[in-house]
Amino acid sequence: MSVIVLVEHTGGIIKKKNFEAVQYAAQIAKKTATTLTAVVLGNATNAEMEGLGAYGAQKVLHVADTRLNDLHARAYCKALLAAAEKEKSKIIITLHDISGRTVAPRVAVQLKAGIVAGALSIPDLEKGFVIKKAVFSGKAFAYVNILSDVKVIMLMPNAFPAVKAEGKAVVEQLAVSFDEKDFGVKVKSIDKVTGEVSLADAELVVSGGRGMKGPENWGILEDLAKELGAATACSRPVADSHWRPHHEHVGQTGGTVRPNLYIAVGISGAIQHLAGVNGSKTIVVINKDPEAPFFKAANYGIVGDAMEVLPRLTAAVRKFKEQHK
Amino acid sequence: MKILVCISQVPDTSTKIVLKNNDTSVNGDGVTYIINPYDEWYALVRAIELKEKGIASDIHLITVGKANVEPVIRKALSLGGDEAIRIDADSNDAYETAGYIAAYAAQVGYDLILCGKESIDYNNGITGTMLAGMLDMDYIGFATDIQVEAGVAVVKREVEGGEETDQCNLPLVISCQKGIAEARIPNMRGIMAARTRPLKVVEPSKIAALTAILSYELPPAKAGIKMISPDDMDQLVDLLHTEARVI
Ligand SMILES: Cc1cc2nc3c(=O)[nH]c(=O)nc-3n(C[C@H](O)[C@H](O)[C@H](O)COP(=O)(O)OP(=O)(O)OC[C@H]3O[C@@H](n4cnc5c(N)ncnc54)[C@H](O)[C@@H]3O)c2cc1C
Repeated sequence: MSVIVLVEHTGGIIKKKNFEAVQYAAQIAKKTATTLTAVVLGNATNAEMEGLGAYGAQKVLHVADTRLNDLHARAYCKALLAAAEKEKSKIIITLHDISGRTVAPRVAVQLKAGIVAGALSIPDLEKGFVIKKAVFSGKAFAYVNILSDVKVIMLMPNAFPAVKAEGKAVVEQLAVSFDEKDFGVKVKSIDKVTGEVSLADAELVVSGGRGMKGPENWGILEDLAKELGAATACSRPVADSHWRPHHEHVGQTGGTVRPNLYIAVGISGAIQHLAGVNGSKTIVVINKDPEAPFFKAANYGIVGDAMEVLPRLTAAVRKFKEQHK
Repeated sequence: MKILVCISQVPDTSTKIVLKNNDTSVNGDGVTYIINPYDEWYALVRAIELKEKGIASDIHLITVGKANVEPVIRKALSLGGDEAIRIDADSNDAYETAGYIAAYAAQVGYDLILCGKESIDYNNGITGTMLAGMLDMDYIGFATDIQVEAGVAVVKREVEGGEETDQCNLPLVISCQKGIAEARIPNMRGIMAARTRPLKVVEPSKIAALTAILSYELPPAKAGIKMISPDDMDQLVDLLHTEARVI
Protein backbone atom coordinates (compact mmCIF):
# COMPACT_ATOMS: atom_id res chain seq x y z
CA MET A 1 0.00 0.00 0.00
CA SER A 2 2.99 2.32 0.14
CA VAL A 3 3.14 5.70 -1.55
CA ILE A 4 5.66 5.83 -4.39
CA VAL A 5 7.70 8.76 -5.59
CA LEU A 6 9.81 9.04 -8.73
CA VAL A 7 13.31 10.36 -8.05
CA GLU A 8 15.23 11.66 -11.05
CA HIS A 9 18.88 12.24 -11.40
CA THR A 10 20.58 14.38 -13.99
CA GLY A 11 23.86 12.84 -15.03
CA GLY A 12 24.04 10.91 -11.74
CA ILE A 13 23.23 13.90 -9.54
CA ILE A 14 19.99 13.99 -7.59
CA LYS A 15 18.82 17.59 -7.51
CA LYS A 16 17.27 19.26 -4.50
CA LYS A 17 13.78 19.34 -5.97
CA ASN A 18 13.73 15.55 -5.77
CA PHE A 19 14.41 15.68 -2.05
CA GLU A 20 11.44 18.03 -1.83
CA ALA A 21 9.33 15.43 -3.62
CA VAL A 22 10.53 12.64 -1.32
CA GLN A 23 9.78 14.68 1.78
CA TYR A 24 6.37 15.70 0.44
CA ALA A 25 5.57 12.09 -0.37
CA ALA A 26 6.77 10.98 3.07
CA GLN A 27 4.30 13.34 4.71
CA ILE A 28 1.48 11.96 2.61
CA ALA A 29 2.56 8.41 3.48
CA LYS A 30 2.44 9.33 7.15
CA LYS A 31 -0.94 10.97 6.79
CA THR A 32 -2.36 7.90 5.08
CA ALA A 33 -0.67 5.54 7.57
CA THR A 34 1.64 3.84 5.14
CA THR A 35 5.29 3.81 4.08
CA LEU A 36 7.18 5.51 1.26
CA THR A 37 9.05 3.84 -1.57
CA ALA A 38 11.19 5.89 -3.94
CA VAL A 39 11.74 4.74 -7.51
CA VAL A 40 15.11 5.42 -9.14
CA LEU A 41 15.70 4.70 -12.84
CA GLY A 42 19.04 4.14 -14.58
CA ASN A 43 22.54 4.62 -13.18
CA ALA A 44 22.67 5.64 -9.53
CA THR A 45 24.99 4.85 -6.66
CA ASN A 46 23.85 2.91 -3.61
CA ALA A 47 24.99 5.67 -1.29
CA GLU A 48 22.80 8.18 -3.10
CA MET A 49 19.78 5.91 -3.04
CA GLU A 50 20.22 5.00 0.63
CA GLY A 51 20.53 8.73 1.29
CA LEU A 52 16.89 9.22 0.28
CA GLY A 53 16.12 7.76 3.71
CA ALA A 54 17.20 11.07 5.19
CA TYR A 55 14.17 12.64 3.54
CA GLY A 56 11.70 9.99 4.60
CA ALA A 57 11.87 7.09 2.12
CA GLN A 58 11.92 3.67 3.80
CA LYS A 59 12.72 1.83 0.62
CA VAL A 60 14.12 2.44 -2.85
CA LEU A 61 13.19 0.39 -5.88
CA HIS A 62 16.00 0.64 -8.38
CA VAL A 63 15.43 -0.19 -12.05
CA ALA A 64 19.03 -0.29 -13.16
CA ASP A 65 18.60 -0.48 -16.97
CA THR A 66 21.06 2.15 -18.27
CA ARG A 67 18.77 3.03 -21.17
CA LEU A 68 16.70 4.80 -18.50
CA ASN A 69 19.42 7.43 -18.10
CA ASP A 70 17.55 9.21 -20.88
CA LEU A 71 13.91 10.18 -20.57
CA HIS A 72 11.64 7.71 -22.42
CA ALA A 73 7.91 8.24 -21.85
CA ARG A 74 6.88 4.63 -22.43
CA ALA A 75 9.74 3.00 -20.53
CA TYR A 76 9.47 5.34 -17.55
CA CYS A 77 5.74 4.70 -17.46
CA LYS A 78 6.26 0.94 -17.51
CA ALA A 79 8.83 1.11 -14.70
CA LEU A 80 6.55 3.24 -12.52
CA LEU A 81 3.60 0.93 -13.18
CA ALA A 82 5.73 -2.08 -12.21
CA ALA A 83 6.79 -0.34 -8.99
CA ALA A 84 3.21 0.68 -8.24
CA GLU A 85 2.04 -2.87 -8.74
CA LYS A 86 4.77 -4.32 -6.54
CA GLU A 87 4.01 -1.86 -3.75
CA LYS A 88 0.24 -1.99 -4.33
CA SER A 89 0.36 1.80 -4.39
CA LYS A 90 -2.69 4.00 -4.47
CA ILE A 91 -0.72 7.25 -4.50
CA ILE A 92 2.00 8.00 -7.05
CA ILE A 93 4.04 11.18 -6.93
CA THR A 94 6.41 12.88 -9.38
CA LEU A 95 7.64 16.42 -9.78
CA HIS A 96 5.88 18.88 -12.05
CA ASP A 97 8.95 19.19 -14.26
CA ILE A 98 10.00 17.90 -17.64
CA SER A 99 10.36 14.26 -16.62
CA GLY A 100 7.34 14.24 -14.35
CA ARG A 101 5.16 15.90 -16.95
CA THR A 102 6.27 13.43 -19.58
CA VAL A 103 5.55 10.32 -17.54
CA ALA A 104 2.97 10.96 -14.79
CA PRO A 105 -0.05 11.68 -17.04
CA ARG A 106 0.65 8.47 -18.95
CA VAL A 107 0.77 6.51 -15.71
CA ALA A 108 -2.49 8.17 -14.66
CA VAL A 109 -4.17 7.08 -17.90
CA GLN A 110 -3.08 3.47 -17.43
CA LEU A 111 -4.36 3.40 -13.86
CA LYS A 112 -7.49 5.51 -14.52
CA ALA A 113 -6.17 7.79 -11.81
CA GLY A 114 -7.10 11.41 -11.34
CA ILE A 115 -4.10 13.70 -11.46
CA VAL A 116 -3.13 17.08 -10.06
CA ALA A 117 -0.39 18.86 -11.99
CA GLY A 118 1.65 21.45 -10.10
CA ALA A 119 0.52 20.57 -6.56
CA LEU A 120 1.24 23.20 -3.90
CA SER A 121 -0.13 21.48 -0.81
CA ILE A 122 -0.41 18.20 1.08
CA PRO A 123 -3.80 16.64 0.28
CA ASP A 124 -6.60 17.66 2.60
CA LEU A 125 -8.48 14.46 3.45
CA GLU A 126 -11.41 16.10 5.20
CA LYS A 127 -13.32 16.89 2.02
CA GLY A 128 -11.96 14.06 -0.09
CA PHE A 129 -8.44 14.29 -1.47
CA VAL A 130 -8.07 17.99 -2.09
CA ILE A 131 -4.90 19.65 -3.35
CA LYS A 132 -4.13 23.31 -4.03
CA LYS A 133 -2.60 24.32 -7.35
CA ALA A 134 -2.02 27.56 -9.26
CA VAL A 135 -4.30 28.32 -12.22
CA PHE A 136 -4.52 31.17 -14.76
CA SER A 137 -0.73 31.46 -14.61
CA GLY A 138 -0.65 32.29 -10.93
CA LYS A 139 -3.56 34.75 -11.06
CA ALA A 140 -5.60 32.35 -8.91
CA PHE A 141 -5.42 29.04 -7.04
CA ALA A 142 -7.77 26.07 -7.37
CA TYR A 143 -8.58 23.36 -4.85
CA VAL A 144 -8.81 20.14 -6.83
CA ASN A 145 -10.41 16.97 -5.50
CA ILE A 146 -9.21 13.66 -6.92
CA LEU A 147 -12.22 11.39 -7.29
CA SER A 148 -10.59 8.11 -8.33
CA ASP A 149 -9.29 5.35 -6.08
CA VAL A 150 -5.71 5.70 -7.37
CA LYS A 151 -4.19 9.16 -7.29
CA VAL A 152 -1.31 10.77 -9.15
CA ILE A 153 0.27 14.01 -7.91
CA MET A 154 2.89 16.16 -9.66
CA LEU A 155 4.53 18.41 -7.08
CA MET A 156 5.59 21.92 -8.06
CA PRO A 157 9.35 22.33 -7.48
CA ASN A 158 10.42 24.89 -4.88
CA ALA A 159 7.01 24.88 -3.19
CA PHE A 160 7.84 22.56 -0.33
CA PRO A 161 11.00 22.64 1.82
CA ALA A 162 13.36 19.68 1.97
CA VAL A 163 14.98 19.29 5.38
CA LYS A 164 17.55 16.57 5.80
CA ALA A 165 17.21 14.26 8.79
CA GLU A 166 18.76 10.92 9.71
CA GLY A 167 17.88 7.66 8.05
CA LYS A 168 18.88 5.19 5.41
CA ALA A 169 16.59 3.64 2.84
CA VAL A 170 16.77 -0.04 1.94
CA VAL A 171 17.64 -0.46 -1.71
CA GLU A 172 16.01 -3.24 -3.70
CA GLN A 173 16.47 -4.01 -7.38
CA LEU A 174 13.34 -4.17 -9.51
CA ALA A 175 13.49 -6.08 -12.78
CA VAL A 176 11.28 -4.70 -15.53
CA SER A 177 11.19 -6.35 -18.93
CA PHE A 178 11.29 -3.68 -21.59
CA ASP A 179 10.83 -4.23 -25.28
CA GLU A 180 12.01 -2.33 -28.36
CA LYS A 181 8.83 -0.27 -28.45
CA ASP A 182 9.50 1.24 -25.04
CA PHE A 183 12.51 3.03 -26.51
CA GLY A 184 10.82 4.10 -29.76
CA VAL A 185 12.13 7.64 -29.32
CA LYS A 186 15.86 7.51 -30.12
CA VAL A 187 18.16 10.12 -28.64
CA LYS A 188 20.49 11.38 -31.38
CA SER A 189 22.37 14.04 -29.48
CA ILE A 190 22.29 15.91 -26.20
CA ASP A 191 23.36 19.52 -25.73
CA LYS A 192 23.73 20.17 -22.05
CA VAL A 193 23.82 23.77 -21.02
CA THR A 194 26.82 23.34 -18.78
CA GLY A 195 28.17 25.72 -16.20
CA GLU A 196 24.95 27.69 -16.06
CA VAL A 197 22.19 27.43 -13.50
CA SER A 198 19.10 25.93 -15.15
CA LEU A 199 16.33 28.51 -15.18
CA ALA A 200 13.33 26.37 -14.23
CA ASP A 201 15.05 25.15 -11.06
CA ALA A 202 16.90 28.33 -10.18
CA GLU A 203 16.48 29.72 -6.68
CA LEU A 204 17.78 33.12 -7.73
CA VAL A 205 17.04 34.76 -11.08
CA VAL A 206 18.27 38.03 -12.58
CA SER A 207 16.10 39.07 -15.52
CA GLY A 208 16.47 41.87 -18.05
CA GLY A 209 13.98 43.70 -20.23
CA ARG A 210 14.02 46.21 -23.03
CA GLY A 211 15.28 48.80 -20.54
CA MET A 212 18.69 47.12 -20.84
CA LYS A 213 18.82 48.84 -24.26
CA GLY A 214 20.79 46.20 -26.15
CA PRO A 215 22.63 42.88 -25.93
CA GLU A 216 25.93 44.71 -25.46
CA ASN A 217 24.79 45.77 -21.98
CA TRP A 218 24.11 42.27 -20.68
CA GLY A 219 27.61 41.96 -19.25
CA ILE A 220 26.69 43.94 -16.13
CA LEU A 221 23.57 41.83 -15.66
CA GLU A 222 25.56 38.62 -15.99
CA ASP A 223 28.12 39.95 -13.51
CA LEU A 224 25.38 40.28 -10.91
CA ALA A 225 24.00 36.83 -11.76
CA LYS A 226 27.45 35.30 -11.40
CA GLU A 227 28.10 37.02 -8.09
CA LEU A 228 24.77 35.71 -6.75
CA GLY A 229 24.98 32.30 -8.40
CA ALA A 230 21.73 33.15 -10.16
CA ALA A 231 20.28 32.12 -13.52
CA THR A 232 19.53 34.76 -16.14
CA ALA A 233 16.14 35.36 -17.79
CA CYS A 234 14.54 38.02 -19.99
CA SER A 235 11.25 39.48 -21.21
CA ARG A 236 9.68 38.42 -24.48
CA PRO A 237 10.71 41.37 -26.67
CA VAL A 238 14.30 40.79 -25.59
CA ALA A 239 14.20 37.18 -26.82
CA ASP A 240 12.22 38.14 -29.92
CA SER A 241 14.90 40.70 -30.84
CA HIS A 242 17.50 37.96 -30.36
CA TRP A 243 19.33 39.89 -27.68
CA ARG A 244 19.05 36.72 -25.58
CA PRO A 245 18.30 33.06 -26.39
CA HIS A 246 14.66 31.91 -26.50
CA HIS A 247 14.95 29.63 -23.50
CA GLU A 248 15.50 32.68 -21.29
CA HIS A 249 12.10 34.16 -22.20
CA VAL A 250 9.78 34.00 -19.21
CA GLY A 251 6.09 34.84 -19.03
CA GLN A 252 2.75 33.75 -20.38
CA THR A 253 4.23 32.45 -23.62
CA GLY A 254 7.68 31.47 -22.39
CA GLY A 255 8.95 29.69 -19.32
CA THR A 256 7.70 29.88 -15.75
CA VAL A 257 10.04 30.48 -12.83
CA ARG A 258 9.37 30.18 -9.10
CA PRO A 259 12.64 31.28 -7.50
CA ASN A 260 13.17 32.60 -4.00
CA LEU A 261 14.43 35.85 -5.51
CA TYR A 262 13.57 37.42 -8.89
CA ILE A 263 15.39 40.63 -9.78
CA ALA A 264 13.73 42.41 -12.70
CA VAL A 265 15.88 44.99 -14.44
CA GLY A 266 14.37 47.35 -17.02
CA ILE A 267 11.17 45.30 -17.33
CA SER A 268 7.88 47.21 -17.29
CA GLY A 269 5.89 44.41 -15.62
CA ALA A 270 3.18 43.67 -18.21
CA ILE A 271 0.59 41.16 -17.01
CA GLN A 272 1.90 38.59 -19.53
CA HIS A 273 5.38 38.88 -18.05
CA LEU A 274 4.11 38.66 -14.47
CA ALA A 275 2.27 35.44 -15.34
CA GLY A 276 5.61 33.68 -15.61
CA VAL A 277 7.19 35.09 -12.47
CA ASN A 278 4.42 35.72 -9.94
CA GLY A 279 5.26 32.51 -8.07
CA SER A 280 8.57 34.09 -6.99
CA LYS A 281 8.90 34.46 -3.23
CA THR A 282 10.64 37.84 -3.32
CA ILE A 283 10.69 40.29 -6.22
CA VAL A 284 13.12 43.20 -6.63
CA VAL A 285 12.39 45.71 -9.36
CA ILE A 286 14.95 48.09 -10.81
CA ASN A 287 13.36 50.57 -13.21
CA LYS A 288 13.98 54.21 -14.04
CA ASP A 289 10.26 54.92 -14.31
CA PRO A 290 8.60 55.19 -10.86
CA GLU A 291 5.25 54.52 -12.55
CA ALA A 292 6.31 51.14 -14.00
CA PRO A 293 3.54 48.61 -13.23
CA PHE A 294 6.09 46.06 -11.98
CA PHE A 295 6.51 48.06 -8.76
CA LYS A 296 2.96 46.99 -7.78
CA ALA A 297 4.04 43.35 -7.79
CA ALA A 298 7.40 43.88 -6.08
CA ASN A 299 8.68 43.54 -2.52
CA TYR A 300 11.62 45.90 -3.01
CA GLY A 301 11.88 48.69 -5.56
CA ILE A 302 14.70 50.85 -6.82
CA VAL A 303 14.00 53.80 -9.08
CA GLY A 304 17.15 54.32 -11.06
CA ASP A 305 19.15 53.71 -14.20
CA ALA A 306 20.02 50.02 -14.61
CA MET A 307 23.44 50.88 -16.00
CA GLU A 308 24.37 52.58 -12.73
CA VAL A 309 22.41 50.47 -10.24
CA LEU A 310 23.52 47.05 -11.49
CA PRO A 311 27.29 47.49 -10.93
CA ARG A 312 26.57 48.98 -7.50
CA LEU A 313 24.39 46.03 -6.54
CA THR A 314 27.02 43.58 -7.77
CA ALA A 315 29.64 45.32 -5.65
CA ALA A 316 27.35 45.25 -2.61
CA VAL A 317 26.74 41.51 -3.06
CA ARG A 318 30.50 40.94 -3.36
CA LYS A 319 31.09 42.87 -0.17
CA PHE A 320 28.36 40.90 1.60
CA LYS A 321 29.91 37.61 0.52
CA GLU A 322 33.34 38.67 1.80
CA GLN A 323 31.83 39.50 5.17
CA HIS A 324 29.86 36.26 5.40
CA LYS A 325 32.56 33.84 4.31
CA MET B 1 0.74 12.80 -43.64
CA LYS B 2 -2.27 13.75 -41.55
CA ILE B 3 -1.81 16.14 -38.65
CA LEU B 4 -4.24 16.76 -35.81
CA VAL B 5 -3.72 20.01 -33.87
CA CYS B 6 -5.38 20.33 -30.46
CA ILE B 7 -6.79 23.79 -29.85
CA SER B 8 -7.94 25.10 -26.52
CA GLN B 9 -9.88 28.27 -25.82
CA VAL B 10 -8.52 30.33 -22.92
CA PRO B 11 -9.15 33.76 -21.39
CA ASP B 12 -7.07 36.50 -23.01
CA THR B 13 -3.65 36.88 -21.38
CA SER B 14 -4.57 40.25 -19.85
CA THR B 15 -7.77 38.99 -18.16
CA LYS B 16 -8.28 39.89 -14.53
CA ILE B 17 -9.66 36.84 -12.73
CA VAL B 18 -12.87 37.45 -10.76
CA LEU B 19 -14.55 34.71 -8.73
CA LYS B 20 -18.27 34.09 -8.18
CA ASN B 21 -20.74 31.69 -6.55
CA ASN B 22 -18.93 31.70 -3.25
CA ASP B 23 -15.57 31.26 -4.99
CA THR B 24 -16.63 28.00 -6.63
CA SER B 25 -16.33 29.33 -10.18
CA VAL B 26 -14.62 31.95 -12.28
CA ASN B 27 -16.72 34.82 -13.58
CA GLY B 28 -16.75 34.64 -17.38
CA ASP B 29 -18.64 37.93 -17.87
CA GLY B 30 -16.73 40.35 -20.03
CA VAL B 31 -13.85 37.93 -20.55
CA THR B 32 -12.38 37.84 -24.06
CA TYR B 33 -11.27 34.43 -25.24
CA ILE B 34 -8.30 33.59 -27.43
CA ILE B 35 -6.64 30.50 -28.83
CA ASN B 36 -4.23 29.17 -26.21
CA PRO B 37 -0.96 30.84 -27.34
CA TYR B 38 1.09 27.62 -27.18
CA ASP B 39 -1.48 25.88 -29.40
CA GLU B 40 -1.63 28.76 -31.86
CA TRP B 41 1.85 30.23 -32.15
CA TYR B 42 3.73 26.99 -31.88
CA ALA B 43 1.64 23.86 -32.65
CA LEU B 44 -0.73 25.22 -35.29
CA VAL B 45 1.78 27.40 -37.11
CA ARG B 46 4.30 24.55 -37.30
CA ALA B 47 1.59 22.29 -38.74
CA ILE B 48 0.81 24.94 -41.37
CA GLU B 49 4.50 25.25 -42.23
CA LEU B 50 4.73 21.48 -42.68
CA LYS B 51 1.81 21.63 -45.08
CA GLU B 52 3.30 24.56 -47.01
CA LYS B 53 6.46 22.52 -47.45
CA GLY B 54 4.39 19.70 -48.91
CA ILE B 55 5.18 17.38 -46.00
CA ALA B 56 1.71 17.33 -44.48
CA SER B 57 -1.36 16.58 -46.62
CA ASP B 58 -4.17 17.37 -44.19
CA ILE B 59 -4.41 19.48 -41.08
CA HIS B 60 -7.37 18.94 -38.79
CA LEU B 61 -8.01 21.15 -35.78
CA ILE B 62 -9.86 19.73 -32.80
CA THR B 63 -11.35 21.36 -29.75
CA VAL B 64 -13.62 20.29 -26.92
CA GLY B 65 -16.37 22.72 -25.98
CA LYS B 66 -19.91 23.92 -26.51
CA ALA B 67 -20.99 26.24 -29.35
CA ASN B 68 -19.47 29.27 -27.62
CA VAL B 69 -15.95 28.13 -28.56
CA GLU B 70 -16.70 28.33 -32.30
CA PRO B 71 -15.34 31.86 -32.85
CA VAL B 72 -11.97 30.74 -31.52
CA ILE B 73 -11.82 27.60 -33.66
CA ARG B 74 -12.85 29.70 -36.70
CA LYS B 75 -10.00 32.06 -35.94
CA ALA B 76 -7.64 29.09 -35.82
CA LEU B 77 -8.98 27.97 -39.21
CA SER B 78 -8.24 31.40 -40.62
CA LEU B 79 -4.56 30.83 -39.91
CA GLY B 80 -4.70 27.48 -41.71
CA GLY B 81 -6.05 23.97 -41.47
CA ASP B 82 -8.41 22.04 -43.73
CA GLU B 83 -11.17 21.23 -41.32
CA ALA B 84 -12.13 21.68 -37.71
CA ILE B 85 -13.80 19.33 -35.29
CA ARG B 86 -15.64 20.42 -32.19
CA ILE B 87 -16.45 17.75 -29.65
CA ASP B 88 -19.71 19.02 -28.23
CA ALA B 89 -19.02 18.75 -24.49
CA ASP B 90 -18.09 20.81 -21.48
CA SER B 91 -15.08 19.01 -20.14
CA ASN B 92 -14.25 18.99 -16.44
CA ASP B 93 -10.66 17.86 -16.52
CA ALA B 94 -7.74 16.92 -18.75
CA TYR B 95 -8.59 13.22 -18.58
CA GLU B 96 -12.03 13.87 -19.99
CA THR B 97 -10.69 16.21 -22.70
CA ALA B 98 -7.96 13.80 -23.74
CA GLY B 99 -10.49 10.96 -23.72
CA TYR B 100 -12.80 12.73 -26.20
CA ILE B 101 -9.93 13.67 -28.49
CA ALA B 102 -8.40 10.19 -28.33
CA ALA B 103 -11.72 8.56 -29.23
CA TYR B 104 -12.04 10.76 -32.31
CA ALA B 105 -8.37 10.49 -33.31
CA ALA B 106 -8.50 6.70 -33.07
CA GLN B 107 -11.31 6.62 -35.65
CA VAL B 108 -9.59 8.87 -38.16
CA GLY B 109 -5.97 7.84 -37.60
CA TYR B 110 -3.37 10.62 -37.54
CA ASP B 111 0.36 10.45 -38.18
CA LEU B 112 1.17 13.42 -36.00
CA ILE B 113 -0.76 14.99 -33.15
CA LEU B 114 0.45 18.42 -32.03
CA CYS B 115 -0.55 20.36 -28.97
CA GLY B 116 0.81 23.29 -26.98
CA LYS B 117 2.99 22.55 -23.95
CA GLU B 118 0.18 23.69 -21.66
CA SER B 119 -2.96 25.79 -21.67
CA ILE B 120 -2.68 29.09 -19.86
CA ASP B 121 -5.93 28.60 -17.92
CA TYR B 122 -5.36 25.44 -15.92
CA ASN B 123 -1.59 25.20 -16.54
CA ASN B 124 -1.59 21.41 -16.42
CA GLY B 125 0.34 20.51 -19.56
CA ILE B 126 -0.87 16.91 -19.41
CA THR B 127 -3.40 16.50 -22.22
CA GLY B 128 -0.78 15.61 -24.85
CA THR B 129 0.88 12.96 -22.71
CA MET B 130 -2.50 11.51 -21.81
CA LEU B 131 -3.48 11.38 -25.49
CA ALA B 132 -0.30 9.48 -26.29
CA GLY B 133 -1.06 7.04 -23.48
CA MET B 134 -4.67 6.53 -24.56
CA LEU B 135 -3.70 6.02 -28.20
CA ASP B 136 -0.61 3.96 -27.33
CA MET B 137 1.56 6.40 -29.29
CA ASP B 138 5.07 7.68 -28.68
CA TYR B 139 5.37 11.09 -27.07
CA ILE B 140 7.89 13.90 -27.11
CA GLY B 141 7.25 16.87 -24.83
CA PHE B 142 8.49 20.48 -24.78
CA ALA B 143 9.61 20.45 -28.41
CA THR B 144 11.46 23.46 -29.81
CA ASP B 145 11.88 22.16 -33.38
CA ILE B 146 10.10 19.57 -35.54
CA GLN B 147 11.30 18.23 -38.89
CA VAL B 148 9.58 15.35 -40.66
CA GLU B 149 10.91 13.30 -43.53
CA ALA B 150 9.73 9.99 -44.94
CA GLY B 151 7.68 9.03 -41.90
CA VAL B 152 10.41 9.90 -39.42
CA ALA B 153 10.30 12.91 -37.12
CA VAL B 154 13.44 14.61 -35.86
CA VAL B 155 12.54 16.69 -32.85
CA LYS B 156 14.54 19.00 -30.61
CA ARG B 157 13.24 19.13 -27.08
CA GLU B 158 14.09 20.69 -23.79
CA VAL B 159 15.45 18.25 -21.20
CA GLU B 160 16.80 18.82 -17.68
CA GLY B 161 19.60 21.34 -18.08
CA GLY B 162 19.79 21.39 -21.85
CA GLU B 163 18.42 20.29 -25.18
CA GLU B 164 18.18 16.91 -26.85
CA THR B 165 17.61 15.89 -30.46
CA ASP B 166 15.39 12.84 -30.84
CA GLN B 167 14.32 10.71 -33.72
CA CYS B 168 11.09 8.77 -33.82
CA ASN B 169 8.94 6.98 -36.36
CA LEU B 170 5.42 8.29 -36.83
CA PRO B 171 2.78 8.17 -35.42
CA LEU B 172 3.77 10.50 -32.65
CA VAL B 173 2.32 13.04 -30.22
CA ILE B 174 4.37 16.20 -29.66
CA SER B 175 3.81 19.10 -27.27
CA CYS B 176 5.21 22.36 -28.61
CA GLN B 177 6.78 25.43 -27.05
CA LYS B 178 8.67 28.54 -28.01
CA GLY B 179 11.21 28.27 -30.82
CA ILE B 180 9.20 25.91 -33.00
CA ALA B 181 7.68 28.56 -35.28
CA GLU B 182 7.20 32.31 -35.55
CA ALA B 183 3.76 33.68 -34.66
CA ARG B 184 1.49 34.59 -37.58
CA ILE B 185 -1.44 36.94 -37.93
CA PRO B 186 -4.51 35.82 -39.92
CA ASN B 187 -4.96 37.76 -43.17
CA MET B 188 -8.15 38.64 -45.04
CA ARG B 189 -7.79 35.74 -47.44
CA GLY B 190 -7.44 33.32 -44.55
CA ILE B 191 -10.43 34.76 -42.75
CA MET B 192 -12.59 34.45 -45.91
CA ALA B 193 -11.36 30.94 -46.60
CA ALA B 194 -12.03 29.86 -43.02
CA ARG B 195 -15.73 30.57 -43.49
CA THR B 196 -16.04 27.90 -46.13
CA ARG B 197 -13.99 25.24 -44.38
CA PRO B 198 -15.98 22.51 -42.62
CA LEU B 199 -16.50 22.69 -38.88
CA LYS B 200 -17.79 19.30 -37.78
CA VAL B 201 -19.66 18.95 -34.51
CA VAL B 202 -19.15 15.54 -32.95
CA GLU B 203 -21.05 13.95 -30.07
CA PRO B 204 -18.76 13.14 -27.15
CA SER B 205 -17.84 9.56 -26.32
CA LYS B 206 -18.68 8.26 -22.86
CA ILE B 207 -16.01 9.32 -20.45
CA ALA B 208 -16.07 10.96 -17.03
CA ALA B 209 -13.66 13.33 -15.32
CA LEU B 210 -11.50 11.94 -12.51
CA THR B 211 -11.03 15.23 -10.70
CA ALA B 212 -13.26 18.15 -9.71
CA ILE B 213 -12.39 21.71 -8.71
CA LEU B 214 -14.12 22.45 -5.41
CA SER B 215 -13.18 26.11 -5.07
CA TYR B 216 -10.87 28.93 -6.14
CA GLU B 217 -8.86 31.50 -4.26
CA LEU B 218 -7.18 34.73 -5.30
CA PRO B 219 -3.58 35.29 -4.21
CA PRO B 220 -3.12 37.59 -1.22
CA ALA B 221 -2.17 41.16 -2.08
CA LYS B 222 1.56 41.93 -1.84
CA ALA B 223 2.37 43.29 1.58
CA GLY B 224 3.48 46.61 0.14
CA ILE B 225 6.72 47.57 -1.49
CA LYS B 226 9.81 48.93 0.22
CA MET B 227 11.59 51.56 -1.85
CA ILE B 228 15.35 51.68 -1.59
CA SER B 229 17.65 54.48 -2.67
CA PRO B 230 19.60 53.64 -5.83
CA ASP B 231 22.70 54.82 -3.96
CA ASP B 232 22.29 52.35 -1.13
CA MET B 233 22.62 48.85 -2.51
CA ASP B 234 24.12 47.69 0.79
CA GLN B 235 20.71 48.25 2.33
CA LEU B 236 19.05 46.12 -0.33
CA VAL B 237 21.52 43.28 0.18
CA ASP B 238 21.03 43.54 3.94
CA LEU B 239 17.23 43.35 3.60
CA LEU B 240 17.47 40.40 1.22
CA HIS B 241 19.57 38.65 3.82
CA THR B 242 17.90 39.56 7.10
CA GLU B 243 14.29 40.27 6.12
CA ALA B 244 13.51 38.29 2.96
CA ARG B 245 16.09 35.61 3.84
CA VAL B 246 16.73 34.74 0.23
CA ILE B 247 20.50 35.22 0.15
C1 LIG C 1 -0.46 37.26 -26.07
C2 LIG C 1 0.74 37.92 -25.48
C3 LIG C 1 1.69 37.15 -24.82
C4 LIG C 1 2.83 37.74 -24.26
N1 LIG C 1 3.72 36.95 -23.60
C5 LIG C 1 4.77 37.53 -22.96
C6 LIG C 1 5.69 36.75 -22.20
O1 LIG C 1 5.59 35.53 -22.12
N2 LIG C 1 6.71 37.38 -21.58
C7 LIG C 1 6.90 38.74 -21.64
O2 LIG C 1 7.85 39.24 -21.04
N3 LIG C 1 6.07 39.49 -22.39
C8 LIG C 1 5.02 38.92 -23.04
N4 LIG C 1 4.18 39.71 -23.78
C9 LIG C 1 4.55 41.13 -24.01
C10 LIG C 1 4.20 42.04 -22.84
O3 LIG C 1 2.87 42.48 -22.99
C11 LIG C 1 5.14 43.25 -22.81
O4 LIG C 1 5.07 43.91 -24.04
C12 LIG C 1 6.60 42.90 -22.54
O5 LIG C 1 6.70 42.09 -21.38
C13 LIG C 1 7.42 44.16 -22.35
O6 LIG C 1 8.79 43.83 -22.21
P1 LIG C 1 9.75 44.81 -21.43
O7 LIG C 1 9.22 45.06 -20.08
O8 LIG C 1 11.12 44.23 -21.54
O9 LIG C 1 9.75 46.11 -22.33
P2 LIG C 1 9.00 47.54 -22.12
O10 LIG C 1 7.57 47.36 -21.86
O11 LIG C 1 9.44 48.33 -23.26
O12 LIG C 1 9.63 48.08 -20.79
C14 LIG C 1 10.94 48.49 -20.64
C15 LIG C 1 11.08 49.05 -19.22
O13 LIG C 1 12.42 49.41 -18.99
C16 LIG C 1 12.46 50.63 -18.28
N5 LIG C 1 13.74 51.27 -18.59
C17 LIG C 1 14.14 51.88 -19.73
N6 LIG C 1 15.41 52.29 -19.64
C18 LIG C 1 15.84 51.93 -18.42
C19 LIG C 1 17.07 52.10 -17.73
N7 LIG C 1 18.13 52.70 -18.29
N8 LIG C 1 17.16 51.62 -16.48
C20 LIG C 1 16.11 51.01 -15.88
N9 LIG C 1 14.91 50.82 -16.50
C21 LIG C 1 14.79 51.28 -17.74
C22 LIG C 1 11.27 51.40 -18.76
O14 LIG C 1 10.87 52.33 -17.80
C23 LIG C 1 10.24 50.29 -18.96
O15 LIG C 1 9.48 50.07 -17.77
C24 LIG C 1 3.03 39.14 -24.37
C25 LIG C 1 2.08 39.91 -25.02
C26 LIG C 1 0.95 39.33 -25.57
C27 LIG C 1 -0.06 40.22 -26.25
